Amino acid sequence: MQYLVSVIDDNAGLANPDEEAAIDVFNDRLKAEGHWVFAGGLGSPGAATVIDNRGEEALFSDGPFVETKEYLAGFWIIEAADLDVALKLAAEGSKACNRKIEVRPFL
Amino acid sequence: MSGAGVREAITQAHHQEWARVVASLTRRFGDLDVAEEAAAEAFAAAVERWPADGVPPSPGAWLTTTANRKAIDRIRRENKRGGKQREAQLLHDGDPPGPAGAIGDDRLRLIFTCCHPALAMPTRVALTLRMVAGLTVPEIARAYLVPETTVGRRITRAKAKIKAARIPYRVPSAEDLPARVRGVLAVLFLVFNEGYLATGPGTEPVRPDLTAEAIRLTRLLRALMPDDGEVAGLLALMLLTEARRTARVSASGELVTLAGQDRGSWDAALIAEGHRLVRERLAARVAPGRYQILAAINAVHTSAHDMRDTDWPQVVALYDQLVRLDPSPIIALNRAVAVAELDGPEVALAAIDRLADKLAGYHAYHATRADLLRRLGRNQQSRAAYGKAIELAGNTAETAYLTRRRDQLG
Repeated sequence: MQYLVSVIDDNAGLANPDEEAAIDVFNDRLKAEGHWVFAGGLGSPGAATVIDNRGEEALFSDGPFVETKEYLAGFWIIEAADLDVALKLAAEGSKACNRKIEVRPFL
Repeated sequence: MSGAGVREAITQAHHQEWARVVASLTRRFGDLDVAEEAAAEAFAAAVERWPADGVPPSPGAWLTTTANRKAIDRIRRENKRGGKQREAQLLHDGDPPGPAGAIGDDRLRLIFTCCHPALAMPTRVALTLRMVAGLTVPEIARAYLVPETTVGRRITRAKAKIKAARIPYRVPSAEDLPARVRGVLAVLFLVFNEGYLATGPGTEPVRPDLTAEAIRLTRLLRALMPDDGEVAGLLALMLLTEARRTARVSASGELVTLAGQDRGSWDAALIAEGHRLVRERLAARVAPGRYQILAAINAVHTSAHDMRDTDWPQVVALYDQLVRLDPSPIIALNRAVAVAELDGPEVALAAIDRLADKLAGYHAYHATRADLLRRLGRNQQSRAAYGKAIELAGNTAETAYLTRRRDQLG
Protein backbone atom coordinates (compact mmCIF):
# COMPACT_ATOMS: atom_id res chain seq x y z
CA MET A 1 0.00 0.00 0.00
CA GLN A 2 1.39 3.40 -1.00
CA TYR A 3 0.79 6.73 0.67
CA LEU A 4 1.49 10.26 -0.47
CA VAL A 5 3.12 12.14 2.38
CA SER A 6 2.83 15.84 1.58
CA VAL A 7 4.91 18.51 3.26
CA ILE A 8 2.80 21.57 4.04
CA ASP A 9 4.59 24.89 4.22
CA ASP A 10 3.43 28.36 5.12
CA ASN A 11 6.26 30.52 3.87
CA ALA A 12 8.92 29.03 6.06
CA GLY A 13 10.98 28.90 2.84
CA LEU A 14 13.54 26.27 1.92
CA ALA A 15 14.82 23.77 4.43
CA ASN A 16 17.74 25.02 6.50
CA PRO A 17 20.92 22.92 6.81
CA ASP A 18 19.76 21.28 10.07
CA GLU A 19 16.45 20.31 8.50
CA GLU A 20 18.21 19.03 5.38
CA ALA A 21 20.51 16.87 7.46
CA ALA A 22 17.57 15.47 9.42
CA ILE A 23 15.69 14.76 6.18
CA ASP A 24 18.71 12.86 4.84
CA VAL A 25 18.80 10.68 7.93
CA PHE A 26 15.07 10.04 7.63
CA ASN A 27 15.38 9.20 3.92
CA ASP A 28 18.16 6.71 4.64
CA ARG A 29 15.96 5.05 7.18
CA LEU A 30 13.02 4.84 4.74
CA LYS A 31 15.33 3.14 2.25
CA ALA A 32 16.90 0.79 4.77
CA GLU A 33 13.49 -0.36 6.04
CA GLY A 34 11.91 -0.73 2.61
CA HIS A 35 9.43 2.15 2.85
CA TRP A 36 11.08 4.39 0.25
CA VAL A 37 9.36 4.83 -3.13
CA PHE A 38 10.15 8.38 -4.17
CA ALA A 39 10.55 11.86 -2.72
CA GLY A 40 11.20 15.37 -3.88
CA GLY A 41 11.15 19.01 -2.89
CA LEU A 42 9.16 21.45 -5.01
CA GLY A 43 9.86 24.94 -6.27
CA SER A 44 7.74 27.73 -4.80
CA PRO A 45 4.07 28.02 -5.89
CA GLY A 46 5.07 31.20 -7.74
CA ALA A 47 6.97 29.01 -10.22
CA ALA A 48 3.84 27.02 -11.12
CA THR A 49 1.92 27.20 -14.39
CA VAL A 50 -1.63 25.91 -14.84
CA ILE A 51 -2.60 24.28 -18.14
CA ASP A 52 -6.18 23.69 -19.30
CA ASN A 53 -6.48 21.77 -22.54
CA ARG A 54 -10.06 20.62 -22.13
CA GLY A 55 -11.26 23.08 -24.76
CA GLU A 56 -10.12 23.81 -28.30
CA GLU A 57 -6.67 25.03 -27.45
CA ALA A 58 -4.42 24.75 -24.48
CA LEU A 59 -4.61 27.68 -22.08
CA PHE A 60 -1.65 28.51 -19.91
CA SER A 61 -1.94 30.65 -16.84
CA ASP A 62 0.66 31.83 -14.39
CA GLY A 63 0.70 30.69 -10.79
CA PRO A 64 -0.67 27.81 -8.74
CA PHE A 65 -4.23 26.53 -9.34
CA VAL A 66 -5.30 27.88 -6.00
CA GLU A 67 -3.70 30.65 -3.96
CA THR A 68 -3.42 29.60 -0.36
CA LYS A 69 -1.42 30.55 2.68
CA GLU A 70 -0.33 26.95 3.02
CA TYR A 71 1.03 25.08 0.03
CA LEU A 72 2.70 21.84 -0.96
CA ALA A 73 6.44 22.20 -0.50
CA GLY A 74 7.51 18.65 -1.20
CA PHE A 75 6.45 15.05 -0.75
CA TRP A 76 7.38 11.49 -0.12
CA ILE A 77 5.71 8.47 -1.58
CA ILE A 78 6.08 5.66 0.91
CA GLU A 79 5.24 2.00 1.03
CA ALA A 80 3.57 0.99 4.31
CA ALA A 81 1.53 -1.99 5.42
CA ASP A 82 -1.28 0.13 6.85
CA LEU A 83 -2.18 3.61 8.09
CA ASP A 84 -0.66 3.06 11.53
CA VAL A 85 2.73 2.41 9.96
CA ALA A 86 2.30 5.36 7.58
CA LEU A 87 1.30 7.72 10.39
CA LYS A 88 4.26 6.73 12.48
CA LEU A 89 6.67 7.36 9.61
CA ALA A 90 4.93 10.64 8.78
CA ALA A 91 5.29 11.77 12.40
CA GLU A 92 9.03 11.20 12.13
CA GLY A 93 9.10 12.94 8.75
CA SER A 94 7.33 15.96 10.22
CA LYS A 95 9.94 16.12 12.94
CA ALA A 96 12.78 15.79 10.40
CA CYS A 97 11.64 18.48 7.97
CA ASN A 98 10.13 20.62 10.73
CA ARG A 99 6.87 21.11 8.79
CA LYS A 100 3.26 19.94 8.99
CA ILE A 101 2.50 16.83 6.96
CA GLU A 102 -0.55 15.25 5.32
CA VAL A 103 -0.87 11.52 4.69
CA ARG A 104 -3.14 10.37 1.91
CA PRO A 105 -3.55 6.87 0.52
CA PHE A 106 -3.19 6.07 -3.15
CA LEU A 107 -6.21 4.31 -4.65
CA MET B 1 -41.87 -18.52 26.55
CA SER B 2 -44.13 -15.46 26.70
CA GLY B 3 -43.86 -12.62 24.17
CA ALA B 4 -42.31 -10.41 26.84
CA GLY B 5 -39.82 -13.16 27.68
CA VAL B 6 -38.72 -13.47 24.07
CA ARG B 7 -38.38 -9.72 23.75
CA GLU B 8 -36.25 -9.69 26.88
CA ALA B 9 -34.09 -12.51 25.48
CA ILE B 10 -33.57 -10.56 22.26
CA THR B 11 -32.62 -7.38 24.15
CA GLN B 12 -30.20 -9.35 26.28
CA ALA B 13 -28.70 -11.08 23.24
CA HIS B 14 -28.33 -7.70 21.59
CA HIS B 15 -26.41 -6.34 24.59
CA GLN B 16 -24.24 -9.40 24.93
CA GLU B 17 -23.69 -10.47 21.35
CA TRP B 18 -23.88 -7.47 19.01
CA ALA B 19 -20.24 -6.40 19.35
CA ARG B 20 -19.05 -10.00 19.22
CA VAL B 21 -20.98 -10.69 16.00
CA VAL B 22 -19.84 -7.46 14.28
CA ALA B 23 -16.25 -7.97 15.42
CA SER B 24 -15.96 -11.58 14.28
CA LEU B 25 -17.62 -10.84 10.93
CA THR B 26 -15.32 -7.88 10.36
CA ARG B 27 -12.40 -10.17 11.03
CA ARG B 28 -13.70 -12.86 8.71
CA PHE B 29 -14.88 -10.69 5.81
CA GLY B 30 -12.54 -7.75 6.26
CA ASP B 31 -15.32 -5.24 5.82
CA LEU B 32 -17.13 -3.18 8.47
CA ASP B 33 -20.02 -2.50 6.13
CA VAL B 34 -20.72 -6.15 5.44
CA ALA B 35 -20.35 -6.97 9.14
CA GLU B 36 -22.70 -4.22 10.30
CA GLU B 37 -25.39 -5.03 7.78
CA ALA B 38 -25.22 -8.78 8.31
CA ALA B 39 -25.37 -8.36 12.09
CA ALA B 40 -28.41 -6.10 11.78
CA GLU B 41 -30.09 -8.65 9.49
CA ALA B 42 -29.36 -11.47 11.92
CA PHE B 43 -31.00 -9.58 14.78
CA ALA B 44 -33.96 -8.74 12.55
CA ALA B 45 -34.25 -12.46 11.79
CA ALA B 46 -34.22 -13.20 15.53
CA VAL B 47 -37.07 -10.74 16.10
CA GLU B 48 -39.01 -12.52 13.37
CA ARG B 49 -38.22 -16.13 14.22
CA TRP B 50 -37.68 -16.48 17.96
CA PRO B 51 -41.30 -15.74 18.97
CA ALA B 52 -42.46 -18.64 16.78
CA ASP B 53 -39.49 -21.05 16.95
CA GLY B 54 -38.47 -20.27 20.51
CA VAL B 55 -35.20 -18.77 21.76
CA PRO B 56 -32.31 -21.01 20.62
CA PRO B 57 -30.29 -22.71 23.36
CA SER B 58 -27.23 -20.66 22.41
CA PRO B 59 -28.46 -17.29 21.11
CA GLY B 60 -24.91 -16.09 20.41
CA ALA B 61 -24.08 -19.05 18.19
CA TRP B 62 -27.43 -18.74 16.38
CA LEU B 63 -26.82 -15.05 15.70
CA THR B 64 -23.24 -15.58 14.52
CA THR B 65 -24.24 -18.41 12.18
CA THR B 66 -27.18 -16.42 10.80
CA ALA B 67 -25.07 -13.29 10.33
CA ASN B 68 -22.32 -15.27 8.60
CA ARG B 69 -24.87 -16.68 6.18
CA LYS B 70 -26.30 -13.20 5.50
CA ALA B 71 -22.81 -11.83 4.85
CA ILE B 72 -21.98 -14.62 2.41
CA ASP B 73 -25.32 -14.05 0.64
CA ARG B 74 -24.52 -10.38 0.24
CA ILE B 75 -21.03 -11.01 -1.05
CA ARG B 76 -22.34 -13.56 -3.57
CA ARG B 77 -25.00 -11.10 -4.72
CA GLU B 78 -22.42 -8.38 -5.21
CA ASN B 79 -20.00 -10.66 -7.02
CA LYS B 80 -22.75 -11.72 -9.40
CA ARG B 81 -23.80 -8.13 -9.95
CA GLY B 82 -20.51 -7.00 -11.37
CA GLY B 83 -17.65 -8.90 -9.86
CA LYS B 84 -16.75 -6.03 -7.59
CA GLN B 85 -13.15 -6.26 -6.54
CA ARG B 86 -13.72 -7.50 -3.05
CA GLU B 87 -10.03 -8.03 -2.58
CA ALA B 88 -9.31 -4.32 -2.88
CA GLN B 89 -11.98 -3.53 -0.34
CA LEU B 90 -10.73 -5.90 2.28
CA LEU B 91 -10.01 -4.25 5.54
CA HIS B 92 -6.42 -4.83 6.37
CA ASP B 93 -5.95 -7.50 8.98
CA GLY B 94 -2.77 -6.38 10.68
CA ASP B 95 -2.28 -9.44 12.84
CA PRO B 96 -1.29 -12.97 12.13
CA PRO B 97 -3.96 -15.38 13.44
CA GLY B 98 -4.70 -13.94 16.85
CA PRO B 99 -3.09 -14.80 20.13
CA ALA B 100 -5.42 -16.43 22.61
CA GLY B 101 -7.01 -14.51 25.45
CA ALA B 102 -8.49 -11.05 25.67
CA ILE B 103 -5.92 -9.31 23.49
CA GLY B 104 -6.93 -11.69 20.70
CA ASP B 105 -10.61 -10.84 21.18
CA ASP B 106 -11.98 -9.36 17.98
CA ARG B 107 -14.07 -6.90 19.97
CA LEU B 108 -10.89 -5.20 21.14
CA ARG B 109 -9.76 -4.78 17.53
CA LEU B 110 -13.16 -3.34 16.72
CA ILE B 111 -12.93 -0.80 19.55
CA PHE B 112 -9.45 0.36 18.56
CA THR B 113 -10.46 0.68 14.91
CA CYS B 114 -13.59 2.71 15.73
CA CYS B 115 -11.60 5.00 18.05
CA HIS B 116 -8.69 5.47 15.67
CA PRO B 117 -6.93 8.86 16.03
CA ALA B 118 -7.16 9.45 12.26
CA LEU B 119 -10.95 9.82 12.66
CA ALA B 120 -12.57 13.00 13.99
CA MET B 121 -13.92 12.82 17.55
CA PRO B 122 -17.67 13.00 16.69
CA THR B 123 -17.03 10.27 14.11
CA ARG B 124 -15.32 8.04 16.65
CA VAL B 125 -18.25 8.48 19.00
CA ALA B 126 -20.86 7.69 16.35
CA LEU B 127 -18.91 4.74 14.98
CA THR B 128 -18.29 3.24 18.43
CA LEU B 129 -21.94 3.59 19.41
CA ARG B 130 -23.04 1.93 16.16
CA MET B 131 -20.45 -0.82 15.73
CA VAL B 132 -19.60 -1.71 19.32
CA ALA B 133 -22.67 -0.69 21.33
CA GLY B 134 -25.11 -1.59 18.55
CA LEU B 135 -27.19 1.59 18.75
CA THR B 136 -29.08 2.34 15.56
CA VAL B 137 -28.45 5.52 13.56
CA PRO B 138 -31.79 7.05 14.69
CA GLU B 139 -30.91 6.24 18.33
CA ILE B 140 -27.53 7.95 18.04
CA ALA B 141 -29.09 10.94 16.28
CA ARG B 142 -31.68 11.28 19.06
CA ALA B 143 -29.07 11.01 21.77
CA TYR B 144 -26.96 13.78 20.25
CA LEU B 145 -29.80 15.91 18.89
CA VAL B 146 -28.40 15.88 15.38
CA PRO B 147 -30.24 14.89 12.19
CA GLU B 148 -30.14 11.18 11.30
CA THR B 149 -28.59 12.04 7.95
CA THR B 150 -25.65 13.66 9.75
CA VAL B 151 -24.99 10.55 11.83
CA GLY B 152 -25.48 8.29 8.82
CA ARG B 153 -23.04 10.33 6.76
CA ARG B 154 -20.47 10.37 9.54
CA ILE B 155 -20.55 6.60 9.82
CA THR B 156 -20.50 6.04 6.06
CA ARG B 157 -17.53 8.37 5.59
CA ALA B 158 -15.68 6.77 8.46
CA LYS B 159 -16.11 3.31 6.99
CA ALA B 160 -14.92 4.61 3.62
CA LYS B 161 -11.84 6.21 5.18
CA ILE B 162 -11.02 3.09 7.18
CA LYS B 163 -11.04 1.13 3.93
CA ALA B 164 -9.32 3.65 1.66
CA ALA B 165 -6.57 4.68 4.07
CA ARG B 166 -6.25 1.15 5.39
CA ILE B 167 -6.78 1.78 9.07
CA PRO B 168 -5.76 -1.59 10.48
CA TYR B 169 -8.08 -3.96 12.31
CA ARG B 170 -5.64 -4.57 15.09
CA VAL B 171 -4.84 -4.06 18.72
CA PRO B 172 -1.98 -1.51 18.75
CA SER B 173 1.55 -2.62 19.60
CA ALA B 174 2.60 -2.52 23.24
CA GLU B 175 4.57 0.63 22.51
CA ASP B 176 1.53 2.51 21.15
CA LEU B 177 -1.01 0.94 23.46
CA PRO B 178 -1.06 3.48 26.34
CA ALA B 179 -1.69 6.45 24.01
CA ARG B 180 -4.31 4.53 22.02
CA VAL B 181 -6.10 3.35 25.18
CA ARG B 182 -6.23 6.99 26.32
CA GLY B 183 -7.90 7.77 22.99
CA VAL B 184 -10.52 5.05 23.51
CA LEU B 185 -11.20 6.19 27.08
CA ALA B 186 -11.67 9.77 25.87
CA VAL B 187 -14.42 8.55 23.53
CA LEU B 188 -16.16 6.57 26.28
CA PHE B 189 -15.90 9.46 28.77
CA LEU B 190 -17.36 11.83 26.18
CA VAL B 191 -20.36 9.53 25.72
CA PHE B 192 -20.80 9.31 29.48
CA ASN B 193 -20.56 13.06 30.03
CA GLU B 194 -23.03 13.88 27.32
CA GLY B 195 -25.41 11.55 29.13
CA TYR B 196 -24.61 12.97 32.54
CA LEU B 197 -24.64 16.64 31.63
CA ALA B 198 -26.81 16.68 28.54
CA THR B 199 -26.75 19.98 26.70
CA GLY B 200 -29.42 21.79 24.76
CA PRO B 201 -32.60 23.63 25.66
CA GLY B 202 -35.72 21.54 26.11
CA THR B 203 -33.77 18.31 26.59
CA GLU B 204 -33.76 15.99 29.54
CA PRO B 205 -30.99 17.12 31.92
CA VAL B 206 -29.66 13.59 32.25
CA ARG B 207 -29.67 10.91 29.54
CA PRO B 208 -29.53 7.62 31.39
CA ASP B 209 -29.45 5.78 28.04
CA LEU B 210 -26.08 7.36 27.22
CA THR B 211 -24.57 6.91 30.68
CA ALA B 212 -25.69 3.28 30.61
CA GLU B 213 -24.14 2.70 27.18
CA ALA B 214 -20.89 4.32 28.27
CA ILE B 215 -20.74 2.10 31.35
CA ARG B 216 -21.57 -1.00 29.31
CA LEU B 217 -18.78 -0.21 26.84
CA THR B 218 -16.30 0.53 29.61
CA ARG B 219 -17.22 -2.73 31.37
CA LEU B 220 -16.51 -4.52 28.10
CA LEU B 221 -13.15 -2.80 27.78
CA ARG B 222 -12.40 -3.66 31.41
CA ALA B 223 -13.19 -7.32 30.74
CA LEU B 224 -10.86 -7.23 27.72
CA MET B 225 -8.05 -5.27 29.41
CA PRO B 226 -8.29 -6.22 33.09
CA ASP B 227 -4.75 -5.07 33.91
CA ASP B 228 -5.06 -1.54 32.60
CA GLY B 229 -5.28 0.86 35.55
CA GLU B 230 -6.88 3.72 33.63
CA VAL B 231 -9.62 1.48 32.23
CA ALA B 232 -10.43 0.41 35.81
CA GLY B 233 -10.19 4.06 36.88
CA LEU B 234 -12.63 5.28 34.26
CA LEU B 235 -15.10 2.50 35.07
CA ALA B 236 -14.89 3.36 38.78
CA LEU B 237 -15.35 7.05 38.00
CA MET B 238 -18.44 6.33 35.91
CA LEU B 239 -19.96 4.00 38.50
CA LEU B 240 -19.43 6.43 41.38
CA THR B 241 -20.91 9.25 39.31
CA GLU B 242 -23.81 7.18 38.02
CA ALA B 243 -24.59 6.09 41.59
CA ARG B 244 -25.59 9.68 42.36
CA ARG B 245 -27.50 10.29 39.14
CA THR B 246 -31.03 10.23 40.50
CA ALA B 247 -30.10 12.37 43.51
CA ARG B 248 -28.60 14.99 41.27
CA VAL B 249 -31.82 16.30 39.72
CA SER B 250 -34.86 17.25 41.84
CA ALA B 251 -38.44 16.28 41.04
CA SER B 252 -38.92 19.74 39.56
CA GLY B 253 -35.99 19.23 37.21
CA GLU B 254 -33.45 21.31 39.08
CA LEU B 255 -29.82 20.43 39.69
CA VAL B 256 -29.09 19.38 43.26
CA THR B 257 -25.50 20.05 44.29
CA LEU B 258 -23.48 17.57 46.33
CA ALA B 259 -24.27 19.46 49.55
CA GLY B 260 -28.03 19.17 49.02
CA GLN B 261 -28.23 15.59 47.76
CA ASP B 262 -30.09 12.90 49.67
CA ARG B 263 -27.21 10.52 50.21
CA GLY B 264 -29.61 7.77 51.18
CA SER B 265 -30.85 7.65 47.60
CA TRP B 266 -27.40 6.97 46.15
CA ASP B 267 -27.04 3.54 44.57
CA ALA B 268 -25.16 1.52 47.18
CA ALA B 269 -24.34 -1.37 44.83
CA LEU B 270 -22.71 0.90 42.26
CA ILE B 271 -20.78 2.68 45.01
CA ALA B 272 -19.55 -0.61 46.43
CA GLU B 273 -18.39 -1.72 42.99
CA GLY B 274 -16.68 1.62 42.36
CA HIS B 275 -14.94 1.50 45.75
CA ARG B 276 -13.74 -2.05 45.03
CA LEU B 277 -12.12 -0.87 41.81
CA VAL B 278 -10.47 2.12 43.52
CA ARG B 279 -9.09 -0.16 46.25
CA GLU B 280 -7.82 -2.58 43.61
CA ARG B 281 -5.89 0.26 41.94
CA LEU B 282 -4.48 1.47 45.25
CA ALA B 283 -3.25 -2.04 45.96
CA ALA B 284 -1.56 -2.21 42.55
CA ARG B 285 0.91 0.46 43.73
CA VAL B 286 1.35 1.88 40.25
CA ALA B 287 1.33 5.67 39.79
CA PRO B 288 -2.29 6.46 38.91
CA GLY B 289 -3.43 8.26 35.78
CA ARG B 290 -6.08 10.96 35.69
CA TYR B 291 -9.14 8.70 35.65
CA GLN B 292 -7.88 6.78 38.67
CA ILE B 293 -7.32 10.00 40.59
CA LEU B 294 -10.77 11.32 39.63
CA ALA B 295 -12.25 8.01 40.74
CA ALA B 296 -10.40 8.27 44.06
CA ILE B 297 -11.82 11.78 44.59
CA ASN B 298 -15.30 10.41 43.95
CA ALA B 299 -14.59 7.54 46.31
CA VAL B 300 -13.84 10.05 49.09
CA HIS B 301 -17.14 11.86 48.42
CA THR B 302 -19.15 8.65 48.34
CA SER B 303 -17.58 7.44 51.59
CA ALA B 304 -18.78 10.48 53.56
CA HIS B 305 -22.10 10.83 55.38
CA ASP B 306 -22.32 14.54 54.58
CA MET B 307 -20.26 17.53 53.50
CA ARG B 308 -18.76 18.07 56.96
CA ASP B 309 -17.84 14.44 57.31
CA THR B 310 -15.93 14.59 53.98
CA ASP B 311 -12.16 14.15 54.13
CA TRP B 312 -11.41 17.49 52.42
CA PRO B 313 -7.63 17.39 53.02
CA GLN B 314 -7.63 14.09 51.11
CA VAL B 315 -9.72 15.58 48.29
CA VAL B 316 -7.38 18.58 47.97
CA ALA B 317 -4.32 16.29 48.08
CA LEU B 318 -5.79 14.21 45.23
CA TYR B 319 -6.46 17.36 43.22
CA ASP B 320 -2.85 18.43 43.80
CA GLN B 321 -1.79 15.09 42.35
CA LEU B 322 -4.13 15.62 39.40
CA VAL B 323 -2.86 19.15 38.72
CA ARG B 324 0.63 17.73 38.38
CA LEU B 325 -0.61 15.37 35.64
CA ASP B 326 -2.99 17.80 33.98
CA PRO B 327 -2.35 21.49 34.64
CA SER B 328 -5.57 22.54 32.89
CA PRO B 329 -7.56 25.46 34.31
CA ILE B 330 -10.67 23.27 34.68
CA ILE B 331 -8.85 20.96 37.10
CA ALA B 332 -7.61 24.05 38.97
CA LEU B 333 -11.22 25.26 39.19
CA ASN B 334 -12.41 21.97 40.66
CA ARG B 335 -9.53 22.01 43.10
CA ALA B 336 -10.63 25.48 44.24
CA VAL B 337 -14.11 24.12 45.04
CA ALA B 338 -12.50 21.64 47.46
CA VAL B 339 -10.20 24.36 48.83
CA ALA B 340 -13.28 26.41 49.72
CA GLU B 341 -14.38 23.61 52.07
CA LEU B 342 -10.92 23.24 53.59
CA ASP B 343 -9.58 26.81 53.78
CA GLY B 344 -12.71 28.89 53.28
CA PRO B 345 -14.30 30.73 50.37
CA GLU B 346 -11.90 33.66 50.45
CA VAL B 347 -8.84 31.52 49.69
CA ALA B 348 -10.78 29.66 46.99
CA LEU B 349 -11.97 32.89 45.38
CA ALA B 350 -8.41 34.20 45.16
CA ALA B 351 -7.41 30.95 43.46
CA ILE B 352 -10.18 31.00 40.87
CA ASP B 353 -9.82 34.70 40.10
CA ARG B 354 -6.40 33.79 38.74
CA LEU B 355 -8.18 31.61 36.13
CA ALA B 356 -10.36 34.46 34.86
CA ASP B 357 -8.83 34.94 31.43
CA LYS B 358 -8.71 31.22 30.65
CA LEU B 359 -12.21 30.31 31.82
CA ALA B 360 -14.27 33.43 31.06
CA GLY B 361 -16.39 31.42 28.59
CA TYR B 362 -17.02 28.45 30.91
CA HIS B 363 -20.30 28.46 32.85
CA ALA B 364 -18.93 26.45 35.78
CA TYR B 365 -16.28 29.10 36.40
CA HIS B 366 -18.96 31.77 36.87
CA ALA B 367 -21.23 29.43 38.85
CA THR B 368 -18.40 28.60 41.27
CA ARG B 369 -17.47 32.26 41.59
CA ALA B 370 -21.09 33.21 42.20
CA ASP B 371 -21.36 30.65 45.00
CA LEU B 372 -18.15 31.81 46.70
CA LEU B 373 -19.17 35.48 46.45
CA ARG B 374 -22.56 34.58 47.94
CA ARG B 375 -20.89 32.83 50.86
CA LEU B 376 -18.77 35.94 51.42
CA GLY B 377 -21.88 38.13 51.46
CA ARG B 378 -20.89 39.98 48.30
CA ASN B 379 -24.39 39.71 46.87
CA GLN B 380 -24.20 42.21 44.08
CA GLN B 381 -21.12 40.61 42.53
CA SER B 382 -22.62 37.20 43.14
CA ARG B 383 -25.75 38.13 41.23
CA ALA B 384 -23.69 39.31 38.25
CA ALA B 385 -21.69 36.06 38.27
CA TYR B 386 -24.89 33.95 38.42
CA GLY B 387 -26.18 35.95 35.46
CA LYS B 388 -23.08 35.15 33.46
CA ALA B 389 -23.28 31.46 34.43
CA ILE B 390 -26.94 31.24 33.40
CA GLU B 391 -26.11 32.82 30.08
CA LEU B 392 -23.44 30.19 29.37
CA ALA B 393 -24.98 27.04 30.90
CA GLY B 394 -26.42 24.54 28.40
CA ASN B 395 -28.01 22.05 30.79
CA THR B 396 -31.64 22.70 31.72
CA ALA B 397 -31.32 21.46 35.33
CA GLU B 398 -28.27 23.63 35.90
CA THR B 399 -29.97 26.70 34.49
CA ALA B 400 -32.97 26.13 36.78
CA TYR B 401 -30.70 25.77 39.82
CA LEU B 402 -28.59 28.83 39.02
CA THR B 403 -31.67 30.96 38.37
CA ARG B 404 -33.18 30.06 41.74
CA ARG B 405 -29.91 30.76 43.55
CA ARG B 406 -29.65 34.15 41.90
CA ASP B 407 -33.22 35.05 42.72
CA GLN B 408 -32.73 34.02 46.35
CA LEU B 409 -30.00 36.61 46.79
CA GLY B 410 -32.74 39.15 47.46
